[in-house]
This record gives sequence, structure tokens and C-alpha cells, in this order.
Amino acid sequence: MLSPQTPETKPVKLSVRNLDFRYGEKKVLDGLSMDIHAERVTAIIGPSGCGKSTFLKCFNRIHEVSSAVQVSGQMAMDGVDIYRGGIDQVDLRRRVGMVFQKPNPFPKSIYENVAFGPRLFGVRDRATLDGLVEDALRKSALWDEVKDRLKESATGMSGGQQQRLCIARALAVNPEVLLMDEPCSALDPIATAKIEDLIGELKENLTIVIVTHNMQQAARVSDYTAFFWLGKLIEMDLTERIFTTPRERMTEDYITGRFG
Amino acid sequence: MTSRVPAFKVRATARVADRAMHLALWLIALTFVAVLIGFVGGILKEGWSELNLGFLTRMPEALDAGGGIKPELFNSLYLVALSLALAMPIGLGAGIYMAEYAGQGRALRFFRLCVETLAATPSIVLALFGMILLVQMLGWSFSIRSGAVTLALLNIPVITRVTEESLRGVPRELLEASYGLGATKLQTILKVALPYAATGILTGVVLTAGRAFGESAILVFTAGTNVSQHFPDFRLSVPGETLSVHLWYVTSDGTLPDATQIAAGTAAVMILVLLALNLLVRLLDRAIRRRTR
Repeated sequence: MLSPQTPETKPVKLSVRNLDFRYGEKKVLDGLSMDIHAERVTAIIGPSGCGKSTFLKCFNRIHEVSSAVQVSGQMAMDGVDIYRGGIDQVDLRRRVGMVFQKPNPFPKSIYENVAFGPRLFGVRDRATLDGLVEDALRKSALWDEVKDRLKESATGMSGGQQQRLCIARALAVNPEVLLMDEPCSALDPIATAKIEDLIGELKENLTIVIVTHNMQQAARVSDYTAFFWLGKLIEMDLTERIFTTPRERMTEDYITGRFG
Repeated sequence: MTSRVPAFKVRATARVADRAMHLALWLIALTFVAVLIGFVGGILKEGWSELNLGFLTRMPEALDAGGGIKPELFNSLYLVALSLALAMPIGLGAGIYMAEYAGQGRALRFFRLCVETLAATPSIVLALFGMILLVQMLGWSFSIRSGAVTLALLNIPVITRVTEESLRGVPRELLEASYGLGATKLQTILKVALPYAATGILTGVVLTAGRAFGESAILVFTAGTNVSQHFPDFRLSVPGETLSVHLWYVTSDGTLPDATQIAAGTAAVMILVLLALNLLVRLLDRAIRRRTR
């Protein structure tokens, strides 16, 4: 984990400036600005309804699949505005993968779940698909558990395995960023520990943004932590600083359990 | 500190009401089953003696006893198949549009009103519409094609509704998973939504087939009360009396000496076909569900 003594060496992957998000009349996010570094884990914490999950979904624009939303301000990936920079939404979602709160494998076989993404992009060759599936399952530490039952239905797996399968499915299209929306909230402590270990390994070549309501989890897995309250970014800093010497009183009150 | 909240007990009346409701609902269900068994059993009992291979494979008679229902059985199945072939692309397309593309606004409400109006139109109205437009104005006369097109009008709103409902029942999480991987809307519909909705759509289509199979008013006025003398006759321009029309015709016309027996046999065959259809949908449903859920 990044400590205050070592300087940041990784470039900024995602930058957010004055982001407002409106859903109908309601302003859900208000004037957010932050930088997210490549190959780091950035955790977003805050009480329910603070907009952290909404914020996460702005990075892959998945809101826009089902409802009309209004986003103003700037959100850029590698310096290119993902709302107005001419990036196609569908292409954006290939580059910015997502793991959801509840494991959501497709009601298909384990193999077909992982192969789903590559198939979308026209991979037909069996050997190539086999390789991609194995690779993604190895990266998500699931290969040894499932290599002999790839043809079995994914819905028969345990919750923790399903969530790691969802991670494998996301990794199979080779994303640059992985968004995780409370990925362990439906899992037991052992499955949670496995996912947390996995996050540590995956950040080697991925930018990870994780929303969590579990502050210990944020402290364990992340390099940076951002604290949200009522749609505003109250404070963002190195995780170590947020949990030891936060600048804002409100952050301290929240992480010590005085509210939230 | 002693609690001020008393130790609540479930009241006796609440318990009794609970039991009584359970009993009442059970009795209603039992009555329903009894009526159905009595009804189906009665029809089968009446028609049982008529059910033999000869009855199913003979041509009907116009004046003498001993006629069969071979062409009527064929026409019933043929017309159902043709009307579904016409209604499926339109119904599926409209249902997909309503569930996935129409949004939530005025367009959707208007479209839904149209579908509901068509669904609520009495079949005799569709029958007369088909007769005036197809049989008379287009000069298609009483024929398989007039019947199939008019029957499709009956099927379209049902298939549209069931497609829309089934697609709306697809869990949002699965759609998000697909979009989240970079799938387009069409890819998501084809690879995730439709496979998941397949059992619901299939059930709806088979129920539609059953309704079309039993329909009489529409076919009396569009497919007519005669049959081709060739068998099997796949031509679309020939008249195509179906089983239900035959049932109505022999009992109301009254020239056949064995009209009662023929009607009983025809009714029994119809019931058996419908039972087989329902059984089929169960089996298909289970097979698809195992593969897609």
C-alpha cells in the first residue's frame, strides 16, 4: 500500500472536475473533483445515499442504458473527456469494466460466462477463446476450483465463486479500469477475504475504483480513500492518512463511527 | 429496567381467520378442479365411442351418416400454424419494441392502447372485418389465406403482450452485466434478454395456439364451412373448415343423421389436442429452463 513517505509515481488515469449529476430534479452529485491514479486502488466510502455508487457508474456511463441523466463538468480517462471527447459508450464500457453489488452471472455455463465478452467482439476461434477463458479465470483465482467443470452452470456456484466469476468475466475483455460496486456486500468473510486478496493482485496492471460501506475493507485494500457525504466529496487522501490523520472533522467522525 | 411493552399474544380470532381463509381458498380451488374434470370428462365420455381411426381418417359426409373429420383436423392445425407464422414476427417485434425501445413516454402509452384495443376486440368484429376486406373486397373468397390472416389479428396482440411482459421480467442485473462488458443494445437483447424470456414467450405462443385452435367465429366468416376434396391440400385459396367450425356447422345445420355423434367426437378430439398442446408446453418449458436459467 502506498504510504505518505513514498511519492506517487503512477500517472493519473481518471480525472474528474466539477462533476454534477442530476437525476430528474434531484442533484445527486455536487461539484466533485478528484484524480485517480493508474494501478492504484481508490476506495470510495460514505453513508448510504451519499452518491458513491452513482459516482462510480458515471465512469462507464451505465446509468444511461436505462434512464436519462444529466451530467455536467468533466470526467476524463487518459486526458480524453469520456462524455464529450468522442468516445463511444459501448467502447467505453469495454475499457472500463464493472463488478456489481450482487453477483450477476449469466444463467449459462461457467465457460460461456467468461467467453461472453470476447464473443461480443467477434472472437470465434475455439482455441483463442479457451485461452482467454483460462487466462481470465486464473487472474481471478478461480481456475483451480472450476477447471474440471467449465461446462456446469454458473448459477450453481457459491456466492463468492460467482463474484470471482463476474470479475473473470470483466477481465476477459481486457479492461483498463475496473469499477467495483460494494463487491463483497453479499459475501461471507472468507469469500470477502479472497476478493480482497484478488484486488491486491489485480492492481498490478489495472486501475481499480471500489465503493464500499465497510471501512475496514477500504483500509485493507485501498491506496487512496475518498469520503463522500450528501453528494459532495468531503475529503480524499492516501488511505493511511484518512484513517490516521484526516483533515476534516466530518471524516474523522465518520470513520470512528460517530455517524453514518 | 422493566419494559413497558406488554408480552403480545396472537389473538384467537386472528388464528381462526387465518385457518378459515386457508380452508375457503382450498375449497374454491377444489371446486375449480371438480368443474374442469366434470366438463372435460363429460366431453370425453360422450365422444369416446366415436374416437377411432376411421373417424380421424375419413372424409366428412354431407348427407349420410358415418362421416369423418380428416380434413377438418388438418385444416385446424394448418390454420393455427399459418396464423402463428404471420403473427409471430409482428408480435415479437412489437413486444421487443415496447419493452426495450419505446421508453416510458407517450409513444409507449399510445402503442399499448392500440395493442389492448386489438386484444379486446370481439372476435366476431374481426371476423366481419376479415370477411369484408379479404373475402369480398380482395376477392380471396372463403379460403385458408383469408382465415389465416384474420386469425393472425387475433394472435398478434396476445403475442405482443406476452413478449413485452417476458422481456420486462428479465432481471436488471443481467442486462447491466451485458452492457457493462461493452455489449450493444441489440447484442444484449439477442444474447441475454430473449434467451431468458424464451420460456415465457413460448408459453404465451402455445396458449395463443390453443385459442386460435378453438376459434370459430372468425373462421366461419373467412375460411368457410367447406373443405377441399383433395387431401392433404396445402393450397391457400381453398376453403378450410376447421374442427370448431365443423362442430358448430353439423349441430346447427341438422341434415346429418348422426350429427350428435359427430359433434361429440369432434369435441373430444379438440379437447385431446388441447391437452396435448398443454403437455407439450410443459415439456418444452422445462427443457428451455434447464438450458437458460
